[in-house]
Amino acid sequence: MDFTFNEEQTLIQDQVDQFIQKEYDWETRQSLSNSDLGFGDDNWQKFAELGWLGISTSEDCGGFGGSAIESMLIMEAFGKGLVVEPFLETIIMCGGLLDEHGTDHQKSSILESAIEGKMHLAMAYAEPQSRFNLSDVVTEAKEDGDSFVLNGYKSVVMNGPSANKLIVSARTSGAQLDENGITLFLIDGDAEGLNKTNYKTVDGRRASDLTIENVKVTKDDIIGQINDGFMLLDSSIDRAILAISAEAVGAMEVLYKTTVEYTKTREQFGTSIGKFQVLQHRMVDMFMEYEQCKSLLYMATMKQEEGSTDSKKAISGLKYQVGKAGKFIGQQAVQLHGGMGVTDELNVGHYFKRLTTIGTIFGNTDYHLKKYSSL
Amino acid sequence: MDLKFSEADLTFRQEVVNFLEAEYPEDIKAKQDKRIPLEKDEIVRWQKILNQKGWFAINWPTEYTGQENLSVTQKYILQEELAKANTPTTIPFGMGMCAPVIYSFGTEEQKNKFLPSILNSDVWWCQGYSEPGSGSDLASLKTKAELKGDNYIVNGTKTWTTLAQHADWIFCLVRTETTPIKQEGISFLLIDMNTPGIEVKPIITVDGSHEVNMVYFDNVEVPSENLVGEEGQGWNIAKFLLAHERSGIAGIAALKRELSRLKDLSSDIPMGEGTLLEDPQFRNKIEETEIELTATEFTELRTLAAMSQGGSPGAESSILKIKGTELQQTISELFVEMLAYYAHPFYLENEIGSNETVGPDYAAPVMPHYLNYRKVSIYGGSNEIQRNVISKAILGL
Repeated sequence: MDFTFNEEQTLIQDQVDQFIQKEYDWETRQSLSNSDLGFGDDNWQKFAELGWLGISTSEDCGGFGGSAIESMLIMEAFGKGLVVEPFLETIIMCGGLLDEHGTDHQKSSILESAIEGKMHLAMAYAEPQSRFNLSDVVTEAKEDGDSFVLNGYKSVVMNGPSANKLIVSARTSGAQLDENGITLFLIDGDAEGLNKTNYKTVDGRRASDLTIENVKVTKDDIIGQINDGFMLLDSSIDRAILAISAEAVGAMEVLYKTTVEYTKTREQFGTSIGKFQVLQHRMVDMFMEYEQCKSLLYMATMKQEEGSTDSKKAISGLKYQVGKAGKFIGQQAVQLHGGMGVTDELNVGHYFKRLTTIGTIFGNTDYHLKKYSSL
Repeated sequence: MDLKFSEADLTFRQEVVNFLEAEYPEDIKAKQDKRIPLEKDEIVRWQKILNQKGWFAINWPTEYTGQENLSVTQKYILQEELAKANTPTTIPFGMGMCAPVIYSFGTEEQKNKFLPSILNSDVWWCQGYSEPGSGSDLASLKTKAELKGDNYIVNGTKTWTTLAQHADWIFCLVRTETTPIKQEGISFLLIDMNTPGIEVKPIITVDGSHEVNMVYFDNVEVPSENLVGEEGQGWNIAKFLLAHERSGIAGIAALKRELSRLKDLSSDIPMGEGTLLEDPQFRNKIEETEIELTATEFTELRTLAAMSQGGSPGAESSILKIKGTELQQTISELFVEMLAYYAHPFYLENEIGSNETVGPDYAAPVMPHYLNYRKVSIYGGSNEIQRNVISKAILGL
């Protein structure tokens, strides 16, 4: 057993941390989040040049063949800076899926462009009725000669507005809740019949709802095998849970530390409020929750990397803990900052908002507790 | 002991229902039902309608309202029906806070000058308590009022001043003297917001709304006749007032409405082959909340009953503040859970209720409400401070 990072991993960790500290201060983050695009394209190009976008992509697709550990380190650092660039959506979720299951043509035309920073991707898996169940799919794809015709509706597609290509889950056979019969299709962001309603999300990012009306694709646009999309989607979401959990751990670290610092300087009743035992214990609990998350994050990431049989259970356990701890740490950071904690001006409220959405994305605590007990 | 309503109570309930059917304006109801924030004039209009019926300042002594007093049970019924119909929350700063101070501590001139316009919602009040350096430790406040001739000269900064952008007057705690015991140098002063030297600056909160403000006082001249009570009596008045603020803070009737709405809405949300309300995990949370809410409701009723026997809301109101605000937060959180991904699309106040939003038509205000409600365990004396009050005043620790 070894909990140390190798030299390359330490290097990338330092590099991303440096970037956040030097080039991603709070004002910069806010202006990027409030811009039309919702993030910085300059930053995205920089991530590509520095090789971060291809860090975990296999070498034959133009990547560096790193492991999930590198992605974890990048995401943790991004969590500290509350980075809004869509690394999770384009690279982890869609890039990872194409790397594992894409055809050679899909890899060369899409994945390579993505890691060069030339293309954005998004995964459209949720529907109005599906909540967190990936196999609850009503959107359908009907075979029509050599092509397929898609019809349906997809909800809250993260990074939808910027996505040049979208991966859409659609039912090609079976009933609404069946795992079998789901197929993953690549569709163009500007495909005829695709209507995107774009909006800002509460965590300062961007998403879309998709109306899909007779969108035509060919068999070449299928990822993996027909009717066999569920397992691909499911494992892509597992990777995404590891990544977003790493982001959450980074955000939690900032929040508990910021809160501790604030209570040292905020004076009430003639002393710093950090001297009050009731607040000390609260912050100790925040700190412990953060440590517990980090432990499960390392454990689940290594299990996934090693292909353990119980890695799915570990991932659900992690996501449960992240939801629980993120809520506690976020709410208490606001509470201990008092009125300042609920202002738009201070970063604390924004970290809280991101931890709130992370608690829901890919399944809330109820969902993962249930999944954990079923595995 | 019994829980039954008398014939007279049932008749009263019907009177309230009839009144709401006849008098609750359709346009305000439509906005309320969509959770669209109301404009000032809409709130004022509704308060005037309530007052016409004698149901606005229901806790004032009858001599100041000229209206018959309601019994504890009738007040309970009234509040329950008003909340059930989702009528606007009345603004407490004038009617519920400043007025009790004026009729309890003010001169006859002050009562005559201020009470009628509060009763009639002609003057909008706000509360000048917190300062940037004085939150939980309110008594450390620094805003200074120096008597020069017939005027106090006020200098300082107030913060978290709710709806100051609408206010005509502000009631303030100010320091009139530097005393070894900081509480003893505080006075209670009424200030016209149109006086030169006052500046209001908005504070935008995490939900994107403008509800609270900074209020700056730069050599503001306030006639000395606007002092309520004696110089140095401000802290006692503040304590009296905080008890009043807290006793209304639980908002039980509105919580009952929201919890029942949560049940209704979640019974329409599909989850696999059933609904979200049928999901044991979600359902358990609703039921736990309902039990806690019922307990808090009856704690409030016991407190009100004791008050009607001549008691005053004391440290017991801290229990209601803590439990009520915890429930407000829990329920706002369950709404977020109910919506899952559709809690995330974010719209500003002026976009809520428009056709641009995605997801269920009730979704847009849910997350802003959750975020906004983080304030309730902070304001009116944080819940940590309330626990200190209980431990000191009730447990004697």
